[in-house]
Amino acid sequence: MTNFNPQIIQIMEASRKYGWVLESDAKQIFSLSGFAVPRFTVAKTLDEALQFANKIGYPVVAKIVSPLILHKSDIGGVIVGIADDKGIAEAFQHLTSMNGFVGVLIDEMISGIELIVGAKIDFQFGPMVLVGIGGTSVEIYRDVILKMALLSRQDGLTMIRSLKGYKLLDGYRGAEPVDIEKLADILVNFSTLVMALKDEIESIDINPLLCSAGQCVVADARIILKGGVKRT
Amino acid sequence: MDLRPIFEPKTMAVFGVSASNYHHPANEVFNKNQHRYPVTVYGINPGRETIGGQKIYHNIADIPERIDLAIIAVRADLVPDVLSECIKTNARSAVIISGGFKEVGRQDLQNRIVAIAREASFPFIGPNCLGIYVPDHVDTFFLPSERTIKPLKGNISFVSQSGGILVDQMIKFTADGVGLAKAISIGNKALIGEIDLLDYFSTDPSTDVIAFYIEGFGENEGRQFVLKAEKCGKPVIVIKSGKSPGGSRAVVSHTASLAGDYANFSAALAQHGIIEAENERELISFCESLSEYPTKHIEGRVGIITVSGGHGAMTVDACASHGITVPGLSESKQEEIRKNLNSSARAIAALSNPIDLTGSGVDEDFVTTARTLLAMDDIDSIIVLLLPYIPGITSDLGAKLSLIAREYNKPLIAYVPNVEKYEMLIEGFELNGVPVSPSIEGAVLMIEALRRNKP
Repeated sequence: MTNFNPQIIQIMEASRKYGWVLESDAKQIFSLSGFAVPRFTVAKTLDEALQFANKIGYPVVAKIVSPLILHKSDIGGVIVGIADDKGIAEAFQHLTSMNGFVGVLIDEMISGIELIVGAKIDFQFGPMVLVGIGGTSVEIYRDVILKMALLSRQDGLTMIRSLKGYKLLDGYRGAEPVDIEKLADILVNFSTLVMALKDEIESIDINPLLCSAGQCVVADARIILKGGVKRT
Repeated sequence: MDLRPIFEPKTMAVFGVSASNYHHPANEVFNKNQHRYPVTVYGINPGRETIGGQKIYHNIADIPERIDLAIIAVRADLVPDVLSECIKTNARSAVIISGGFKEVGRQDLQNRIVAIAREASFPFIGPNCLGIYVPDHVDTFFLPSERTIKPLKGNISFVSQSGGILVDQMIKFTADGVGLAKAISIGNKALIGEIDLLDYFSTDPSTDVIAFYIEGFGENEGRQFVLKAEKCGKPVIVIKSGKSPGGSRAVVSHTASLAGDYANFSAALAQHGIIEAENERELISFCESLSEYPTKHIEGRVGIITVSGGHGAMTVDACASHGITVPGLSESKQEEIRKNLNSSARAIAALSNPIDLTGSGVDEDFVTTARTLLAMDDIDSIIVLLLPYIPGITSDLGAKLSLIAREYNKPLIAYVPNVEKYEMLIEGFELNGVPVSPSIEGAVLMIEALRRNKP
C-alpha cells in the first residue's frame, strides 16, 4: 500500500476498527482512484443535509451511515427519489433512529443500468474480479462473469460481452447503448486497484455501478477488509 | 528437484517387504516390479535374509547399488527415519505410500518428512498415495496386476489427488483406447504437487497432454498453476471435485457470495486456456481428442457426413449446445458433391451439411465428400458418423478417411458404435491418428476439446 495516495491509506487505517469501509469512505477511495462517483456528503445534522441537497438540486438519495449496518437496503436504510426539503426531513428523522447512526449520506440521484463490479481475494487464485447485471437481485439471477486480476482491456471487453444481459447494455429496445469501451477501462482500472489492495481486503462490491451512454458512476460501494466485519 | 529418477528408475528399493503378509503393499510392489518391469528391485526387511526365495536386505545401506527410487510403505511414524536413511545412502527419490499423516490430523509428522526431504533436495511423491505408473517401465501401485487392467501406452500424463479415481480412469481410458505416458497418484502432495508435475511434464518428451484430477489447491497455488499451464505449450485438462459449496459460511458481500470457490476455479482455468472437463465423459473425450491432436486449435466449423438423417440432426443439436457451428453449403458446392456420388445415392442424398449419404452411400462417397469438405475454408473439422451395418460401408473406410484428413491437415472425428465386430473399422481410424467416439455427444465433445485448446 506504500504507493497509495495518503488519503486512501488514511481511510483504510481508520476503517480497520470496523473491519469494513463505510460507503462514503469507499466512494472517496474510488473517487481518488479515478472512478466517477455521485456528488455526495455525509450530513450529521438536518441543516447540513438540507443545505447540500439544495446546493446540488433535487432529487437526491439519503442513506444511513453506520458501522453496524452493512446491508442498508434490507432494513430500509436507503431512501431514493427525495424530491424536496420535506422529504429530506422525513428521511433524516427515519434514519437517525437506526443502530450505530453516524450520519446521513446525501447522494446526487443518478440513473442508468445497474451493474455490479466486485472483487474477492480467493484462497486458491488470489484476486478475482467480477462484473454482472447488478442491483439487489444480483444473487437471484447470478448473471456474472469472473476473471483473475489483473485484467487486460481485452479481458474486460470479453467479460462484458459474455454477460447474458449484454443486450441490455448494447442499446436494448432503442435505448442509448452503454459505452462498453469505457466500461472495459473501468474494469481494468478496478483490477489494478484490487491488485494493489489485495493484502488488505477480503472483498469489494460496487453495486450498483450505474451505467448510461455517457458515464458509469459508483452509486454504492463497500469494501470488506481482511479479517472481516467486526461485530461489536 | 530432479523428478526423473521417480519416473525412469533403473534401481528400486522396497521397504517393509513382509514375510507373513502376502498382500502387504510392499510385497505387491516388490513382486510386480521384479517380475514385470525392466528395473532392478531390492527388498528390505531388517529381520529377514530371504522372503519367498528372494534375497532380502536388512537396510538400504547394504544394497550394493545406488537406489533411484525407494518405495516406502512402512508405518507412518517410521517414515521419517526411513527417509533419512534413503538420503544418507544417496538414494535419488521416493514414493511414500504410507497413510497416517495430514489426512488423519498428523500435520506435524507430515511437516517433519517435508523438512527432511527439502533440506536434502530429495523428491518424494505422497504420502498416502499409490505413487506412479509408467507403462513398460515401473509400477508402484500396490494393486495386484491381475485385479486391474493393463493400461495402454500413450502420450497422456495423468496426475490425480485420488488414487481410486486414477485407477478407475486408467481402466476407462483403456476401454476407450486412450493411452497413458505416466500416471501419478499424489496423495497428500506434501512435497510434490500439481505445479511441480506440470513443470516436469511440460518438458517430458513422452507427454503431449497433461490431465489432472484436482480436489483443491493450497493458498495461491491455483493462481501459479493456471499461469504456468497457460504457458506450458501442451494442452492441460482438469477435472475437479468438491464443486458444491461447503457449509454455510456467513457471506457479507454479493461478490463474496457470487465468486464462490468453484466459480473462481472454473473461471480462472477458462481464462488461461485450461480445458475443464465437467464430468468423466468429457474427460475421456477431451483426452482422446487432444492426444491425437495436441497442437490443433479450431474455431469449430464442422462438416458432418453420415448415412442417417437422425444422426446428422442429433450431431447438429449437440454442436449447437456447445456453440459449435455447422456451416451450410452453397448450391454449387452441393452440386460438386452430388456429381461424385454413386448413382443410387446421387438421387436421394441430402447435401446441405449435415450431409446424409443415405443407406445407399458407399465408401467412395464418403471419400469424395470428405475431400470436398476438407478443401473448404468454411470448414475446419469433420465428424463422420459411420453405421457399419449399411451394406456399402466396409472396414477399410477408417484407414482411408484418416489418411485423407491428414492430407488436408484438418482434424477428423469418427463416430462408430462400440461393437466388437466393428473393431477393424475403429482401428483403421485409431491406428491412423483419428479419435473414435462410441457416442454422438462424445464426438462433439472431441471437437469442443480442439475449440478450447490453446491456439
